[in-house]
Amino acid sequence: MSLRPDLALIARTVAPGSRVLDVGCGDGALMAALRDDKQVDARGLEIDGQNVAAAVGRGLSVVQGDADTDLAYYPDASFDYAILSQTLQTTRRPDRVVEELLRIGRQAFVSFPNFAHWRGRLSLMWGGRMPVTRLLPDTWYNTLNIHHVTVDDFRALVKERGWVIDGQWFLKGDQETTHANANLFAEHAVFLLRRG
Amino acid sequence: MTEAGTGPSPIMMASASFPDDQRFGLRRQARLAGALRLDSGASLGPVDIAYETYGRMDADRSNAILICHALTGDQYVASDHPVTGKPGWWWRLVGEGRPIDPARHFIICANVIGSCMGSSGPASLDPATGEPHAMRFPVITIADMVRAQAMLLDHLGVDRLQAVVGGSMGGMQALTWPTLYPERVESCIVIASTARHSAQNIAFHEVGRQAIMADPNWRGGDYYADGQIPSAGLAVARMAAHITYLSEAGLTEKFGRRLQGRDAKTFGFDADFQVESYLRHQGLSFVERFDANSYLYITRAMDYYDIAEDHGGSLANAFAASKARFCLVSFDTDWLYPTAESRVIVHALNASGAQASFVELSSPFGHDAFLLECPELNRVVDGFLKGGRA
Repeated sequence: MSLRPDLALIARTVAPGSRVLDVGCGDGALMAALRDDKQVDARGLEIDGQNVAAAVGRGLSVVQGDADTDLAYYPDASFDYAILSQTLQTTRRPDRVVEELLRIGRQAFVSFPNFAHWRGRLSLMWGGRMPVTRLLPDTWYNTLNIHHVTVDDFRALVKERGWVIDGQWFLKGDQETTHANANLFAEHAVFLLRRG
Repeated sequence: MTEAGTGPSPIMMASASFPDDQRFGLRRQARLAGALRLDSGASLGPVDIAYETYGRMDADRSNAILICHALTGDQYVASDHPVTGKPGWWWRLVGEGRPIDPARHFIICANVIGSCMGSSGPASLDPATGEPHAMRFPVITIADMVRAQAMLLDHLGVDRLQAVVGGSMGGMQALTWPTLYPERVESCIVIASTARHSAQNIAFHEVGRQAIMADPNWRGGDYYADGQIPSAGLAVARMAAHITYLSEAGLTEKFGRRLQGRDAKTFGFDADFQVESYLRHQGLSFVERFDANSYLYITRAMDYYDIAEDHGGSLANAFAASKARFCLVSFDTDWLYPTAESRVIVHALNASGAQASFVELSSPFGHDAFLLECPELNRVVDGFLKGGRA
């Protein structure tokens, strides 16, 4: 089974044998890959019960819970990495969730779909409608994405909070793309952060 | 009723696995060496434990799974009940082709002390007097039940448990195991349970106990000699408790306001409604198989249960010494031990850095869901048990 491109990128970057908390782990695809390929001690947090059942069914340690409220119960610096993949835009307070990730993990991976991708811009500019694209397939009223964010928005938040960017990657389809004009051309962004 | 092919399969191979060793097999009983020192300060001895084992212990003794039963449960987890003739109470989870499988696991299920299915309890004979203990039996706790199970494992030669598994009161024992014997437990599955009895839990139990003690036949617990048991009180206790095992939606779906075998209300106090008739039947059939004094003792043990209280008020401290993996499951319609109680445990396990899994499953059946058909429960338990043996 092949991982989603942003997860594959994270899986490549995580150090072998490390401790990882995957927040919004879905059915545990990334956790399973990290466990099997890199001997990672992986734990997960996931809001959807069926996803949790699927993940536990494959032998993973996953807790059903909500990133907005349940991260408070994890001790400081208890993981090498906290991972938030494509979940940031669904949380009620994304900034607080990232603060929690950086408290729990020594480093944090945050990946999200870039709302400023040119296709979305065109849709708004010429169609006057909220974008419905391959990456953002839901309409405005039923999408789980309640805090749309762009690459530049996120960079601004990082700067404002004094976090440090240890790595950043941008994706167009399955391919990594250049940093130049990422805010316009990247469909996905992956950041590796730590506290300043 | 179950359809052909999905029903319980008889457990046949258990006694054949150990042809020479009388400790293993169906319908076993052991008198354990030494007295059991109880939380109350009293001691109990000798301790008799009735139990069953299924399957075969590995050469390296690494495949033992202890199943803990609920308040009115027993050791017949996967074999037919000798009194009711019904299949084992957890045949959906334990048996051939099930997540806990005698083909792979050495499975132990013991009647808790205080109960009435062959383990030492108020109905069993006090060797000192030759009379039933009745209310002279010491008050016990969930931890005392677990200590007695540990003595049984010593007797069976089982040092470590691959898993300890239980639902409801069985989950309380399962969760207590790694706090008392952290080095003996590799993994722990706690289903539809809690880390402490709430005021509401205690309140319902007190109703049941008062019903029993208000029955004139109870006579301070000394009713064994003439067979005039406090059946009315015990039946009421069971009826009240049974409501807490179901959900309102489940009751409405099953009975609604339908009348029982009549076309109109009788303007009397007969069981006009189907739900009344059902509860009366539950009460009456319960007294056939359960001892009223045991009901008093076991509900008391559950009310005294509060793991955090035993560890300086911190639940996380209770698991500090344990390296076990934990799996917690709750059901969305269970209002006896609701999901919030499982979350309390999960948060404590997260705080202590333990490997924990938790899922709330959906079921219309309330607390009883843990005993009923739930494919997702089987999938979770199967995956969790195999996950530790990757």
